[in-house]
Amino acid sequence: MAVSAHLRTFRHAAWLGWQMESNWTRPWLFMIYSIARPIAATLILVVMFLVVKQGVANDPAMFAFTYLGSVFFMFVAQVMMGATMVIMEDREHYQTLKQLYIAPISIRVYIIGRAMSKLLLTSVSVVISIAFGILVLGLPLDLGTVDWPLFAAAMALGISCILAIGIALAGITFLTAKHSSGINEGIGGAFYLLCGTLFPLTVLPSWAQAVGMAIPLTYWLELVRRSLYPGSAMEAISGLGALGSGTIMLYLVVSTLAFLAASTLIFRYADRRARRAGKVDMTTSY
Amino acid sequence: MAYALEVSALSRAFTGKQTVVALENVDLKVKEGELFGLLGPNGAGKTTLIKILSTLLLPTSGTAKVLGYDVDGEASKIRPLINMVSGGETSGYGLLTVRENLWMFSQFYGVPGSVARERIDGLLKAFGLEDKANAKVRTISTGQRQRMNIIRGFVTDPKLIFLDEPTLGLDVTTSRTIREYIRDWVRARDDRTLLLTTHYMREAEELCDRVAIIDRGTILACGPPAELKRRMNHASTFVMDTTSFDPAPLSAVRGVKGVSADEIESGKRVRLVLEDESAISDVISAVVSRGGRIVSLNKVEATLEDAFIEMVGRGLG
Repeated sequence: MAVSAHLRTFRHAAWLGWQMESNWTRPWLFMIYSIARPIAATLILVVMFLVVKQGVANDPAMFAFTYLGSVFFMFVAQVMMGATMVIMEDREHYQTLKQLYIAPISIRVYIIGRAMSKLLLTSVSVVISIAFGILVLGLPLDLGTVDWPLFAAAMALGISCILAIGIALAGITFLTAKHSSGINEGIGGAFYLLCGTLFPLTVLPSWAQAVGMAIPLTYWLELVRRSLYPGSAMEAISGLGALGSGTIMLYLVVSTLAFLAASTLIFRYADRRARRAGKVDMTTSY
Repeated sequence: MAYALEVSALSRAFTGKQTVVALENVDLKVKEGELFGLLGPNGAGKTTLIKILSTLLLPTSGTAKVLGYDVDGEASKIRPLINMVSGGETSGYGLLTVRENLWMFSQFYGVPGSVARERIDGLLKAFGLEDKANAKVRTISTGQRQRMNIIRGFVTDPKLIFLDEPTLGLDVTTSRTIREYIRDWVRARDDRTLLLTTHYMREAEELCDRVAIIDRGTILACGPPAELKRRMNHASTFVMDTTSFDPAPLSAVRGVKGVSADEIESGKRVRLVLEDESAISDVISAVVSRGGRIVSLNKVEATLEDAFIEMVGRGLG
């Protein structure tokens, strides 16, 4: 399929995704919702943090570690699950999947396009949450010292990896009924636990640490933290302090490429299986 | 002769707790430019065949070529050339307007912007949806959604379109509009082909160049409606009215050798196809002996429905 066809699919799918995200209410209400939602989510975390780890709340580096991990994990929760839910929504709710499936488009490009609105809104949520952290919660972040090139590279790879996982799960959704949301939430929860989102990998048992080290999102979160907090404080907490940023970047690149390849294979396999089993246009009790 | 569809020894089985054979050894050829009808009762395999031909489903065995391309290995070459609309289809993105829904699908097929706009306007007018063009899909009626989906099928100007029961559940006026549009659309260009499945015999008879009768996954007959009706020349068709046609007399009629019966009006009117006209006396006896009372009995000209009843052994009702 020509690149121009992919770009056209991407553009219109992104437009559709944006309409679905934003067109459900009046613009002013949508703006309030977009700002209030991340702040509310962040406040829940802050309260939990203060209650559970009262002593650590006075440790700025630990607070930043937990806060940033949770804030950036929003990309996993929103973008990955958003990509996965495209198949479920279009098949069962809008019942347009069969029309899209027989259209001359790449379903994977369509899913990526649809996920762009989630990416945009989540980016806004992350910025709002970080601003709220700095201004209200005293998050010790100095934008002048941020390693922006490292941050940009880490984000590009991390988002690619999140989309790759989302597409693989979307493929699996072809084959499953309403259980898909359970699978997505389960995998999202596992990443939350194993990738050093809230607490360092070192608190996990060794087997869980090994699993965490095989997931690119672990390196992504580490590089995001290091780029925002250049220096040794963050590295000392994560348990990856023995690895230099270059090495971690290499691991992130390699593991992301592996996940992209796996995602392609899983999606193709699931697509073929779904077409063979007649599941492309099935509707369940969703 | 170029064929739009070439189906050979096509079978499809659905495996599960019980294996269901939806299609068995189907052979079918549809010429380019034809308006082809597929007639069959519920569960006959019509929709399964359309799903395979539209690249939504893979066959279990056999081959199917659409516009010269194989549905299994060359789906990406088929998809730009086809479209499909299922009857009763009310799908769509409720937050978008009717025009936006149609526009988006036209863009997925790469229709140039100005062409798409003009085509959408023309189709909205043809199907009487102009005043709903800017209404959100969630606010329009079920019938209007169905019309929007029929427009979606034509907006990409496919070379081959599959219409699966397109007039299902629509009112008489809308159904007539759709039939007229279908006929004009196929006739407008030589390279346009349309495969139609319908429950309505008159629709098939009125529209289709050729018709295939399908039942239990097998094609029973295929030809122009006039030819299928001619096959009935050896048989005789009667319409019988009774005061009360309870199940007992009806099943007795169906039990008479060489007689097929289809209820036209529940409990009151039945259409009979007799292989041998002399069997009418057995039919009358069967009705009367089970308490039925015949009000009238008329011999009528054979229709496509009669051909269908004779081949399938029952009507579509």
